[in-house]
Amino acid sequence: MTFKKIGALAACTALVAPAAFAQDMADDMTLVSWGGAYQDSQKKAYADPYAANNSDVTIVWDESSAEAVAKLRAQNEAGNITWDLVDVVAADAIRLCDEGLAMEIDPDEDLAEAPDGTSAEDDFGDLLVSDCFIPQIVYSTTFGYRTDMVPEGVEPPSDICDVFDLETYPGKRALEKRPINNMEWALLCDGVAKDEIYDVLETPEGQEQALAKLDTIKDDVIWWSAGADTPQLLADGEVFLGSTYNGRLFSAIEEQDQPIGMMWDAQVFDLDGWIIPAGLPEDRLARVKDFVMYATDTQRLADQAAYISYGPARKSSAPLVGKHAELGIEMGPHMPTAPENAENIFVYNYDFWADYRDDIDQKFQAWLAK
Amino acid sequence: MADATADQAETQSGPMLAADGTPLKRSLARSLRMQRIRALMLVAPLLIFVLLTFLSPIFDMLFRAVENRIVGDTLPRTVEVLKDWDPETSDVPPEAAFQALYYDLFLAAEAKKHTRLGTRLNYEDPGISSLFRSSGRSLDDLGEDHIEAIEDTAKQDWREGAFWYALLGGDAGEPVVESARSQFVALEGETPRGPVGVVWCGLRNVVGAPCPPSLSRMPLNFGLSNDAMAMLPTTSLQYAAFGVFTVLEDGEALQEEDPWEAVYVAMAQDLAAPDAAAKVAAYTGPGAAELQAAQQAIAALPPISFRDGFAEIDEDWLDPTVWRSIKAYSPKYTPGYFLNAVDLEMGPDGVQARPESQQIYVMLFKRTLIMSMAITISCIMLGYPVAWLLSNLPDRKANMLMILVLLPFWTSLLVRTSAWKVMLQQQGVINDTLVWLGIVSDTNRLVMINNQFGTIVAMTHILLPFMILPLYSVMKGIPPSYLRAAKSLGANNWTAFWRVYFPQSVPGIGAGSILVFILAIGYYITPELVGGTTGTFISNRIAYHISSSLNWGLAAALGSILLVAVLVLYWAYDRIVGIDNVKLGG
Repeated sequence: MTFKKIGALAACTALVAPAAFAQDMADDMTLVSWGGAYQDSQKKAYADPYAANNSDVTIVWDESSAEAVAKLRAQNEAGNITWDLVDVVAADAIRLCDEGLAMEIDPDEDLAEAPDGTSAEDDFGDLLVSDCFIPQIVYSTTFGYRTDMVPEGVEPPSDICDVFDLETYPGKRALEKRPINNMEWALLCDGVAKDEIYDVLETPEGQEQALAKLDTIKDDVIWWSAGADTPQLLADGEVFLGSTYNGRLFSAIEEQDQPIGMMWDAQVFDLDGWIIPAGLPEDRLARVKDFVMYATDTQRLADQAAYISYGPARKSSAPLVGKHAELGIEMGPHMPTAPENAENIFVYNYDFWADYRDDIDQKFQAWLAK
Repeated sequence: MADATADQAETQSGPMLAADGTPLKRSLARSLRMQRIRALMLVAPLLIFVLLTFLSPIFDMLFRAVENRIVGDTLPRTVEVLKDWDPETSDVPPEAAFQALYYDLFLAAEAKKHTRLGTRLNYEDPGISSLFRSSGRSLDDLGEDHIEAIEDTAKQDWREGAFWYALLGGDAGEPVVESARSQFVALEGETPRGPVGVVWCGLRNVVGAPCPPSLSRMPLNFGLSNDAMAMLPTTSLQYAAFGVFTVLEDGEALQEEDPWEAVYVAMAQDLAAPDAAAKVAAYTGPGAAELQAAQQAIAALPPISFRDGFAEIDEDWLDPTVWRSIKAYSPKYTPGYFLNAVDLEMGPDGVQARPESQQIYVMLFKRTLIMSMAITISCIMLGYPVAWLLSNLPDRKANMLMILVLLPFWTSLLVRTSAWKVMLQQQGVINDTLVWLGIVSDTNRLVMINNQFGTIVAMTHILLPFMILPLYSVMKGIPPSYLRAAKSLGANNWTAFWRVYFPQSVPGIGAGSILVFILAIGYYITPELVGGTTGTFISNRIAYHISSSLNWGLAAALGSILLVAVLVLYWAYDRIVGIDNVKLGG
């Protein structure tokens, strides 16, 4: 370590003159992500290659994404931002942007163009849901079911409303312990048209309606709060079917050979990506921008899909998605964005949930406790 | 004693003197004072440490439960105008309020603080968050026609920062500029919040890395012209706000910057005033010709209606509820968070209960208390025999047993909680065994987790050492001869235990109960993992508001109530049992 530092120092001194024209960049970079398989995919697809190209850079990982919003706010209030780049879901990015805790970016300046020259803004398209958000992947919240627990003589579940059908598909269900997604599915299966769901959910009557529909299965639901819960519950045979992130189901099915099937109907698309904390010093900001430019280019995002079954956020990356790095299976059909999986999808409504999340959550929790 | 002797001596033969001639009483007092100061100096490092690192952050956090400066800091003029508006009416406030809102919100949007206010008000009135976000984005379009009309009269000049400065700038107008500055400083929330901030900046000063220079002292290097202030009052005001922002936020010189839309809008307003034509005609200073042209162009247009402008941005601005929320939450301090924390809210006729579908916190507080008590009681039931065994076995065996008690204590909390999941779930070890033994049928497996039962079992296990250890140390100090004496005097086993042994072990029960209860009441991770829906605690909601909803005010209110509840229980315990009767060690 000391030797390395001395070496770096010597190199710096030797290079002072020629390096003067280059922008000063910090040598340390703290990346915040989710840990687990997802962080590994980021590490392998772009952090390791970046570090290989820039040998003087030390990348430190922090697995705090789940508490990123609160911690960033605390860092900001203390006036000491220790993170350089933070991986968050889009809803959190919007919140951080609203609070002034994340830096606004200019897609065309800060992000790389597609190989064919399409601007970054067009390449990411609608996925740039906030001025501060740099999307990486599209993931979905969807259902997995135990193939060996499907009752005899019945087709495996293929419709979202099968979740609410206790007669045909008896057994416990695992649902997330929050209103988001559950309320939409409940309304959809209570006869509300897909494009009217948020209009209905905006009203107290609509919220009652959704909760009443959820009431019909409440006794048979195990409520989860961590994404790893559902695969575990499925593997243990505790539940017949349950919702979770599609990547978790992929690894349970393909990597751990569990008897689990996917039910893609009415899967909810959501985004995950980077934000740069507001108020970074110049040298650290320059380093982060350099990294982001590299890590979100077309090839890197496509590479990430070789490690985890989440769809790249760039349109231009889709054709480049290949085989799983270790299992050697084609990743295309396992992507939530694959045409046969995406026949009936929901897109997470960021504006709606930014407005109604706390209100509906309070009602939902009160309902849960009843 | 010393006093008494001194008094006696005094009454007999004047004050008693010490060796150096000073009255003994004073000399004694001085040496006692020295002693006290020395003692205080010895404790001082710890005291200061605890104050700085423990008490002040807690106080700072809890203070958020009532703090509510954000509305007044972000929309100062709007709040001022709304003072005269009666929220009971079904009408939206007058045009003046929309006008004030426009200028306030414009500055806030430029400083990117409007969304934070939106988030704050959204806690009270769902929907405001996106209203503020979208309005901040489209505010530039308000008064578009007027802005263009002014610009079209002389594009070259109006786009020049120097031209604007020649027209509006000068050496006067300090009060206006300074009030614009204080509005900006409040908006930025730059003043260090709470005692921690002050101490922190003080410490940074000492180590030579002072906090960034205060916005309220940085030089602005501009002023306003008296002529312009008389002729274009609103414009001058907005120009000052723009100037403060340009210098302090962007670090640019005002003289080189073309002002933002709000200054154009203000000018359009000034030029549309009834006596504007006369004033402009009389004006002969720099830019007089351009100003006259602009005045004529504006006169040809209908006056700006801020109300219509906001309605065009979003219809919701014509909904009085939004305005009521702004008015209701404009004071610097609010009881709102505390009301929310006990399922109440501020209604039109004062405090009222929330709708039943939103009542949750009182129930959670009750549940937390009851379950913590249940956990404490089960810890006593299980811990007492173990502690008794520990203190009465020969040392070798007792040590072995002690290791068994401590072993889980050293194991990660998460591991122990997850282990209970494996044990208790429906396909888990206990259910499998019961099914194998034929006690329950395969289809009717017991539900033992994701409910209150699971929480109580897992938490009793986790907190058990906190009960056993104080019990053990107290029991170790009870001489076994007492029991033998009682029996030799004719007591049977039960009487000897109940009348002789048990009363002496009560201090251990007291200490263990306080420890277990206070730990249990704030427990978070175990109820989250095994509590399901009916076994979660109030701390889970506090964690939700800290890390997910970011409603730190509500979290602070809930935390304060929890803290007060614990203190009250502690006080009651002291009154009933007596804290002197609590022993942590033999």
